[in-house]
Amino acid sequence: MLFMKKGRSLEDLVVRGARVIDPAEGLDRVCDVRVDRGVIAQLGTDVDVNGHRVVEGEGLVLAPAFVDPHVHLRVPGGEDEETIASGTAAAAAGGYCAILAMPNTDPVVDSASVLGSLVEDAKAEATIPVGFLAAITRGQQGAELTEMVELAEHGAAGFSDDGRPVVAPGLMRRALQYHRITGRRLALHCEEPTLSKGGQMHEGAVSAELGFSGYPSVAESVMVERDLSLAAYEEAPLHLLHLSARESVDALRAAQARGVTATAEVTPHHLCLTDEAVRSLDSNLKMNPPLRSAADRAVLVEALADGTIACVATDHAPHLRHEKEVPFEAAPFGVTGLETAFAALYTRLVEPGLLKLETLLERMSAGPARAYGLEPPRIAPGATANLVLLDTERAWRVQEDGFRSLSANSWLLGQTLRGHVRLTVASGRTAFAA
Amino acid sequence: MADIHVMREGFLPPKQPPRRHLISIGDLRREDVERLLGTASSFSRSLEREVKKLPTLRGRTVVNVFYESSTRTSSSFELAAKRLSADTMSIKAAGSSVDKGESLKDTALTLGAYDPDVIVIRHPQIGAPQLVARFTDAHVVNAGDGKHQHPTQALLDLYTIQADLGRIEGVHVAIVGDVLHSRVARSNVQALALMGAKVTLVGPAPLIPRGIEALGCEVFHDIDAIAAADVVYVLRMQRERMQEGANYVPSLREYTARWGLTPERIRPGQKVMHPGPMNRGVEIDPRVADAPEALIEAQVRSGLVVRMAVLYDLLTTGPVPVEVTEPLEVA
Repeated sequence: MLFMKKGRSLEDLVVRGARVIDPAEGLDRVCDVRVDRGVIAQLGTDVDVNGHRVVEGEGLVLAPAFVDPHVHLRVPGGEDEETIASGTAAAAAGGYCAILAMPNTDPVVDSASVLGSLVEDAKAEATIPVGFLAAITRGQQGAELTEMVELAEHGAAGFSDDGRPVVAPGLMRRALQYHRITGRRLALHCEEPTLSKGGQMHEGAVSAELGFSGYPSVAESVMVERDLSLAAYEEAPLHLLHLSARESVDALRAAQARGVTATAEVTPHHLCLTDEAVRSLDSNLKMNPPLRSAADRAVLVEALADGTIACVATDHAPHLRHEKEVPFEAAPFGVTGLETAFAALYTRLVEPGLLKLETLLERMSAGPARAYGLEPPRIAPGATANLVLLDTERAWRVQEDGFRSLSANSWLLGQTLRGHVRLTVASGRTAFAA
Repeated sequence: MADIHVMREGFLPPKQPPRRHLISIGDLRREDVERLLGTASSFSRSLEREVKKLPTLRGRTVVNVFYESSTRTSSSFELAAKRLSADTMSIKAAGSSVDKGESLKDTALTLGAYDPDVIVIRHPQIGAPQLVARFTDAHVVNAGDGKHQHPTQALLDLYTIQADLGRIEGVHVAIVGDVLHSRVARSNVQALALMGAKVTLVGPAPLIPRGIEALGCEVFHDIDAIAAADVVYVLRMQRERMQEGANYVPSLREYTARWGLTPERIRPGQKVMHPGPMNRGVEIDPRVADAPEALIEAQVRSGLVVRMAVLYDLLTTGPVPVEVTEPLEVA
């Protein structure tokens, strides 16, 4: 289900004296971690270095590396915006040991042949393991289901029409029924298109003042409610992409309480920003779903903290510079996030005391892995080394020329963040070292 | 080899002050508006002379770039610049490189290469004036950007109210119609609230943007709500902006019957304004438009002197505050 470039040597490594945190293992102590040939061999004080490379971890945090369940790698069709090579390099620099790519490419990943060529490319150029979701409907047109079983056999990591909703309730129901045979997750972009039509930003006082057509919260929540109702009826699990509205969170919480197996994700930008930021008319603040009100943001943070929302997802959406250097209304939706997610959330949520560091680490790693049925990265003897070494003291400035991504449409350009990735080990191999 | 000059700080030329723009009423303070209206008033006296041209902006260049059709705004900006002896150049999107797919950034860079002092821009997209300000060194005046702002219209409306009623503070203005698609309404609500007027918005619910009350106005859906107003400001029913099948109102006929401004709906002494162009018989009855209470022609006359005042203010000392793009504030 995940694919990467093989051939690089498995790591022999000792990280010495870091604060080792693995919330899932109940681990939070200063110790050494030894990795033998890509597998965690020993945790303890004064572990035998055994001739391994030693990384001094004093004052740093060592955690399970991150998993991003929502990335746009833009291949095929948008190779000038991102490629598997650049996207996985960017992810590694952001502390990720695995990412899932969305299928809204050109052509759409809706057949075994398109998926097969992506898998081949990933085996040739992916720095870290990458999984590919396939479309729910052919061409993401919302009319006919894709051949899900065949796609799963060829390695599809899940199914999504991300970027578009499955508009027809009847078809959504069929997808919920049929996909279960694959054992893969269905990931839903919830947007009622007649309510969001023409919408440029969240509908509220700011859109009223700026004159932008509104994209109301209810355009999302009405679909969240529909899909949760269908999932409850079919007793099928589902995953909700990039939630933005508090009404959606309310619906999710209620469905979970009724026993629906629903997971959800939230992006760093929805956790950090509100629609007030759009006053700057910066096209790097234009995304779908849009930035919402302060009340929505507060509910999202709370839901991430209490686990209602289990995953942080970047929705990394690279765009060419000239595509974004236009008036806000003409700009495409989407912002990048792989290389800034941890630092943004550490600076804006952990430092002000809105979220515990352990919770953030869990929601960026084990949470998303579990949502897609992947084995969560963990720090325990015998586990494959998927590690991120973080400097939570170091401040750095987000700059256009500092990205490994081919695109720089970040909402954080020019800002100073705290929290820096020093080292990423993915699938037993060093994928990034600062 | 280049000479190396060591300069003490005192010898450095003074820093250029940041360029000032007029992009949104939201960027103005009350004293800015008062100063602009005062300047406009003195220009209006100068226009009573036989020779109407003033040498004030001789040698300055004002470029008008219009990406949308316009009669009164483009003509009054052009005439305002000419009355102040500036050189003017007018570019319309139709027939320009825009037809060849040139981006706004490239058009801005091209025009900027002539070092114009002022670029006046009308554009169908919100934020176009900010983009031009970012890529040129000119002072930028927003002559209407999408549904966002039309600040000189609001200023000329304030000027008209001040001239006719002798005050703005405490005046009750009812704005009627398609507020949702109206940059004129947004600019006017902000401008009137800034100057202490009372603003009431009246129109069918689908044409009133949700959350607009935050700008400092009240919202009513029944036309009777105009009864107490000193001024009834009628908005154009923007048929060209009505998306096909959007169903904001069931029909223009029903709109006219319920919200059209007829003689029966206004009381004696109530003033009527309209930003033009009017759809006679749709949002405004011709008898109302042609009545002595209508200030519609006065608005057009105000447009000239107010735009003269804006150009003068930007190019001389008056501190119309800079529309500074603040570093993004993270909540």
